[in-house]
Amino acid sequence: MKAKNELGLILFPAFDWAISPTHPEREERLLYTQDQLLEEGIEDVEGIHFFNPLIATKKDIDRVHFCYPSSEKLLTESHLIAAGGVMRAFDAVLGGETDKSFALVRPPGHHAQRVVYGDRGFCIVNIEAVGLAYARQKYGDMRVAVVDTDCHHGDGTEDIYWNDPDTLYISFHQDGRTLYPGTGPIEDLGGPSAFGYNVNIPLPPNTGDEGFQYVLENTVLPILEDYKPDLIINSAGQDNHYTDPLTNMNFSAQGYARLNSRLNPDIAVLEGGYSIQGALPYVNTGIILAMAGLDYSDVVEPDYHLGKWKQSGRVAREVERIAEDVLNIWKQRETLGRKLFEGKSSVKRNRRVYYDTAGILETQVQEYRICPDCPGVDSIRSQNDRGASLFGITVPRKACPACQKKGYDLFEQEKGYTGKVFLQDLTRDEFFSE
Amino acid sequence: MGGTNIDGVALDERGIIRQVKRPVDRSDYFNSIWNCIKELLLGVKKEEIKRIQLSTTISTNAIVENRISKTGVILQRGPGLKWDFDIPGGCIADVTGSVDHRGIPVSSESADEFSKIKEDFLNNSVEAVAVVGKFSTRNPDFEKRAAGYLQNNFKEITMGHTVSGKLNFPRRVRTSYLNAAVHSTFKSFAKNIEESLKREGITAPVYILKADGGTIDLEGATAKPVETILSGPAASLMGMTALLNEKNTDRCLLDIGGTTTDIFFLVDGVSVFEPSGIEIGGHKTLVRAIYSTSIGLGGDSHVRIEEGKLKIGPERMDHAIAFGGKYLTPTDALVYLGDAKAEYPSESAAALESMAEEIRLTPAEFAGMIIDNFCRSVRETVENTLKKINSRPVYTIRELLDGRSVKPRSIGVIGGPAKAISKYLEREFGMPIEYPENHEIANAIGAALARPTVEINLLADTDREILSIPETGVYEKIDKRYDLKEAKERALKEAKLAGHAMGISSAVSETEITEASSFNMVKGYRADKNIRVKAQIKPGLVAGI
Repeated sequence: MKAKNELGLILFPAFDWAISPTHPEREERLLYTQDQLLEEGIEDVEGIHFFNPLIATKKDIDRVHFCYPSSEKLLTESHLIAAGGVMRAFDAVLGGETDKSFALVRPPGHHAQRVVYGDRGFCIVNIEAVGLAYARQKYGDMRVAVVDTDCHHGDGTEDIYWNDPDTLYISFHQDGRTLYPGTGPIEDLGGPSAFGYNVNIPLPPNTGDEGFQYVLENTVLPILEDYKPDLIINSAGQDNHYTDPLTNMNFSAQGYARLNSRLNPDIAVLEGGYSIQGALPYVNTGIILAMAGLDYSDVVEPDYHLGKWKQSGRVAREVERIAEDVLNIWKQRETLGRKLFEGKSSVKRNRRVYYDTAGILETQVQEYRICPDCPGVDSIRSQNDRGASLFGITVPRKACPACQKKGYDLFEQEKGYTGKVFLQDLTRDEFFSE
Repeated sequence: MGGTNIDGVALDERGIIRQVKRPVDRSDYFNSIWNCIKELLLGVKKEEIKRIQLSTTISTNAIVENRISKTGVILQRGPGLKWDFDIPGGCIADVTGSVDHRGIPVSSESADEFSKIKEDFLNNSVEAVAVVGKFSTRNPDFEKRAAGYLQNNFKEITMGHTVSGKLNFPRRVRTSYLNAAVHSTFKSFAKNIEESLKREGITAPVYILKADGGTIDLEGATAKPVETILSGPAASLMGMTALLNEKNTDRCLLDIGGTTTDIFFLVDGVSVFEPSGIEIGGHKTLVRAIYSTSIGLGGDSHVRIEEGKLKIGPERMDHAIAFGGKYLTPTDALVYLGDAKAEYPSESAAALESMAEEIRLTPAEFAGMIIDNFCRSVRETVENTLKKINSRPVYTIRELLDGRSVKPRSIGVIGGPAKAISKYLEREFGMPIEYPENHEIANAIGAALARPTVEINLLADTDREILSIPETGVYEKIDKRYDLKEAKERALKEAKLAGHAMGISSAVSETEITEASSFNMVKGYRADKNIRVKAQIKPGLVAGI
């Protein structure tokens, strides 16, 4: 058997790490997936290659996050390896070893935001974002679309790319009014430099294969065609599956494989998905075959019955309405953005962030400075209910010299106040904290 | 036993008593072996013969030359990848039903499917049958049902779960197919050996070398003849291990022949293995094997100038000119440099001088260049292979952080040019080189000194309350409280038992756990355990010489 697309797999089940012995994010999570892949003989498919993860460094983490008190103190080796697995996936594709790659690593990352005080939604470090920041540093600028098919809204990824016009973030998720983390409405569209490039598609509970397919064909693919990314990343969370214990959707392995095949991502990264026996072995096999360009039509869950998981007419109509609304907003994004930001020199955003796993409540004010020549320097002033506080400044990769200087001025100005002060200078790939 | 020659040694505690080299008669493998045994045992007291060990190509040749039984394969594929299987001359029948990754039956085939298949197979004069189900190592019921139904109608029925405890359905299918297909050939060979020994009054047990460098007794080999394929490289490797002085370190071993150089690696003195199993005649199998790689460079490789550039191999045209051949070879270069003796030194030198002139080098420079090129290619292949071995996937944080990589500190060389080329290899690799005496019979020594090996894969699932060890046919009920400690003890016991059954008295000290883990399976408020243990009697030598 020969793959049509050369595919690199970073399969790292971390059999010796768990959040706690009975936590969903435990040693067992990828055990049956590995069993299934071994039994299917995936290792013997010509053109499918297995790579070990890299181990991310402090700098790789600091490119993306303001970790309190520091990335060394907050992260364990398992996080550095999960992020390193994604870095390896980028190397495989951008270094020309394979056409595509898929990082099956744990723990996941899409709930990890720019500021990190601890674990939220099983995530501490945003592994896709760390991988992408590493890749941009190593291989240069690129326009990237991150398509998040995890059932939970990827609020961390949204936060990281909120004001980045070079990264289009599209998230399919179960409507935040019915599921953790509660965010992800259509109206959240991005910061002043990237307005409209944050695309939320909240779907009603019980959306099935047809609904996902509909949104993909009628909204996501047209938007991607417009945006013309150099690279497509699929945050391949697998908790839309009908057997998932934490969610209420009716997606199947066939649905996931078909979606992946149509989306045609360059890189996929496993996110959530905790139906470790009934879903992951089949969904992962389906995605791998789809990425390799192989026939996935026989990848079917043992308990799958087509009729049982068909979505209702009411759900179908709601999905269609949402799909249409999202596309309309995308088409009008420039007009809408002008209306909102014209004449302003900066935009402030107040947020409350709850760390469910760590039990921390954070409040923050983000400030995006509007610059005619570049995406502009931005900052976050944050504090949490444990008495910690920080001020983080980001000088984006494409910042103009004036904004870069502004970033350093802010850093000098804030030093000596209470709490930690961080400066990310992405133009020079340098990071400071006081 | 190789393709052209058969080598034999008779050994006692002190060393080699006799050695024999004979050509292989390709029309009569049995008598080639039997005559060699008889010659070796001339003058040895029959009752003093402790054991007879063979590395044979019986099964290998049967497969490669397609002299196999007409075989029918019955598959329960279930959902998943759509592999095509190449079953020369045989037929494949699919049945419905499937078992999931934990061994839980999803649905079963119906009995009339078997009756139809039996009829088809008999109509197609199928002699041997392989039955294989996806995840059958986790639940072999389907294979047992099929075998039970068909047992009276076919000479051999191989059940997939009996060939290996490892997961890999396509490899299990091919391994089971090959096992069924060579069964009859190997069985008649084994019967021949047994009867001939009996006739001579020899009662010593017979062991057959496997591709992993261990042995299996004749009875075991008859049940699982596929285990006896491709033992040639294992014989060389075990022989080198016996002959070399340095033990228990990381080493690279080179077997430089006329046409090719075989490359092996030792970690702490034990061979590196193929990750899943060996490939034969295009069939990837689950047969455990030592890892070896081959490069088309040997003492007799064809040396020539192409477009002003030196080329060596991969073809061998003839002997070296120094030994009566017509084409220049690395051996001729070694002769010119004064490192090897020759039968025709002047012809050899003349040929080398004329080619040197072609690219305007002195003959000495040219001879040096040939050997340097040779050594560099070998080193590059060794380094690339090491890179591949050292980047094999790992699955735990501990392995990734302090993973054991193979780092050879010295090289062992055997083969015709070994002694002559060693100082050049030493310079190229920057490592000490060792070349043993008696290297021409290293493979026979390896076959003689190898000892039985056993590998078992235990899985205990306390939610299903089932313990399985496919290799020893154990499928039994366990207690909810079964734990890792019990599992480890059981695995060691099973490996020892299997070892004893094959006559390993020293098995006790040689049994080891190679992998052991226990996973919490959480279902609501209950936590069960999924326990996995691998144990083995590792390959090694009966004793050094």
